[in-house]
Amino acid sequence: MKHLLSTRDLSRDEAIQILDLAEDMADAGTREVKKLPALRGRTVVNLFFEDSTRTKISFEAAAKRLSADVINFTAKGSSVSKGESLKDTAQTLAAIGADGVVIRHGSSGAPRVLASSGWIDAGVVNAGDGTHEHPTQALLDAFTMRKRLHGDASRGRALDGVSVTIVGDILHSRVARSNVWLLETLGAEVTLVAPATLLPVGVETWPVTVGYDLDAAVAAKPDVLMMLRIQSERMNAAFFPNAREYSRQWGFDDERLARLPEASLVMHPGPMNRGLEISSGAADSARSTIIEQVANGVSIRMAVLYLLLAGGAA
Amino acid sequence: MSAFHIKAALLPDGTRTDLFVENGVFVESASNATVVDADGLQALPGLVDLHTHLREPGFEQSETVLTGSRAAASGGFTAVFAMANTSPVSDTAGVVEQVHSLGETHGYVTVRPIGAVTVGLEGQRLSEIGAMAQSRAKVRVFSDDGKCVSDALLMRRALEYVKTFGGVIAQHSQEPRLTEGAQMNEGALSAELGLAGWPAVAEEAIIARDVLLAQHVGARLHVCHVSTAGSVDVIRWAKARGIDVTAEVTPHHLLLTEQLASGYDARFKVNPPLRRDEDVLALREALADGTIDIVATDHAPHPLEAKECAWDEAAFGMVGLESALSVVQASVVDAGLLNFADVARVLSIAPARIGLLDGYSAPFELGSAANFTLYDPAASTVFGVEHLHGKSVNSPYLGRELPGRIVTTVHNGVATVLDGALVEELDRG
Repeated sequence: MKHLLSTRDLSRDEAIQILDLAEDMADAGTREVKKLPALRGRTVVNLFFEDSTRTKISFEAAAKRLSADVINFTAKGSSVSKGESLKDTAQTLAAIGADGVVIRHGSSGAPRVLASSGWIDAGVVNAGDGTHEHPTQALLDAFTMRKRLHGDASRGRALDGVSVTIVGDILHSRVARSNVWLLETLGAEVTLVAPATLLPVGVETWPVTVGYDLDAAVAAKPDVLMMLRIQSERMNAAFFPNAREYSRQWGFDDERLARLPEASLVMHPGPMNRGLEISSGAADSARSTIIEQVANGVSIRMAVLYLLLAGGAA
Repeated sequence: MSAFHIKAALLPDGTRTDLFVENGVFVESASNATVVDADGLQALPGLVDLHTHLREPGFEQSETVLTGSRAAASGGFTAVFAMANTSPVSDTAGVVEQVHSLGETHGYVTVRPIGAVTVGLEGQRLSEIGAMAQSRAKVRVFSDDGKCVSDALLMRRALEYVKTFGGVIAQHSQEPRLTEGAQMNEGALSAELGLAGWPAVAEEAIIARDVLLAQHVGARLHVCHVSTAGSVDVIRWAKARGIDVTAEVTPHHLLLTEQLASGYDARFKVNPPLRRDEDVLALREALADGTIDIVATDHAPHPLEAKECAWDEAAFGMVGLESALSVVQASVVDAGLLNFADVARVLSIAPARIGLLDGYSAPFELGSAANFTLYDPAASTVFGVEHLHGKSVNSPYLGRELPGRIVTTVHNGVATVLDGALVEELDRG
């Protein structure tokens, strides 16, 4: 694997390979000395054109645990905010000798442009591009589901027959897109629930079931309920009337939590708007995997960086 | 200015004849003429592009009147209509006279400036349409192209006002609110790619409104770059009702589809966006049955840096003058939908009629201005930057095999292309 740009590109075997390798990385993390020497002498650049604390520190921790040298390049306050182009930044990183570039960019497709441009030869990991994809988030979500559902017997397994309902702003969500493609590849059954304004035109061609009613979705007893962050600026663009109405119709509150089966998982990619799309009761319940997702994120990103930069199979 | 004897030219009507050119017009015979062997070549009247962006004044890093004229000539064109989104905007007599006179000076093609409908293309107040019409540039086509005259009242007034000067409004049909931030055709692919959608309805709704306005005030409307099957339906309906509307399609909308966006290569970013297969097929049929009157290039040069970036940071537009005839051949002639008599109509006679450009109504007639091109439809080439003669290389066809080759172009009796090569020093006598 040269780059990780989207989950759509991943075969089932490749996806399972990443998840299994992440299991190994997670095991290593339980040892007294967490650090592995695998990427010693390699340079990983975190190229963040958009603010993101969580994803950036997760990639940074992953690279450091593999003994890579990490350079953080944040666009804010740098030459990028003074009009430097993606091309110039990429050529600068190439000159510095970056082996891997982890890129977060506000424009959909920017990681693919970087990977196919010839400006830089490094492996490219998409850490979230516009409203396109966020593949490592989907991989860590799948890892988390597999771990909860199959425990120590997770290795080598997919998510066949697991029902996953994703709720919220599908239209603008790169997390939703990456999850839809990866979960389909892994055999899960995906349902999307949102107001019609927050579903993309053409969603009927996706390998999912689409609904508008969260109560009906909860009553269907999904194995996994994944809540997406809702951004308050969407209200101003008339996607929904106000936060109160959104929360009433599509917020996962304590009452809906009570109707969800005990064994179902409650997921959220973070950061959460407590009280808007998810109540504190739901976020902090035993069914919530939100903290595990963060921890698993490091293992997944270690696995991805290892596959891209250490060259080939584990 | 030398005389020409074109031997055995195949005319659009299928007849084969020798043509003689002297003093800029077709004559019965000419002595001391340069002999051009046209055996196997298709003679076409000089092509007329109703929709070209020459970028001068203001954006000379992309194109100038000279470089755009050379690109046009190399594509078989002898006249282009230059869009108004220059800087300063072509909204006064001064600017349109400047563009017009630059065209005259360079001589590769006739340059007819298009005047802005509104001051600064801002959609607020009518520009000095009368002054532009009465200027030496004799502007007859008015357009805010790049932007839509979206205010319904202003559009109504513009349609009415240009009647005073025998003009036409060429509308860029794009409902602005429905296309805020739009990047590509809205549909399953835009949803997958995470690019903001440009819905077909944003074009169709404006066309529907405008044809009704044109009917109501008894004015003439021209619809720029029609891109959707739904727009074709609306225009077909309007024509059936007798509304005085004409429409154009670009070569790229006849050949390319939105699938090309999937690699995020910004060369394929254009406004209106590339659409679906079914739209392309509907546009081809509409051109064949006359619902769409003409092909116009929307030649839109941009410098490299405007395309070497993330998709949503890139400029809209593609160059198209040099490839237009080849793309028309590939998309509708080779498919049997149009013959070369139709090509002469949609790329020369009809655009000249819509733009009120004299001298193109009876091609090859004795005594008429010698504007024509000789085209080899049997040739085939992998299109490359060496085929581009303007300043910019943002062509969507680079690396693609295209049929046909322009062998000779003659503008008002002056050869601008000879033996397939652009003439560097025009022999203007």
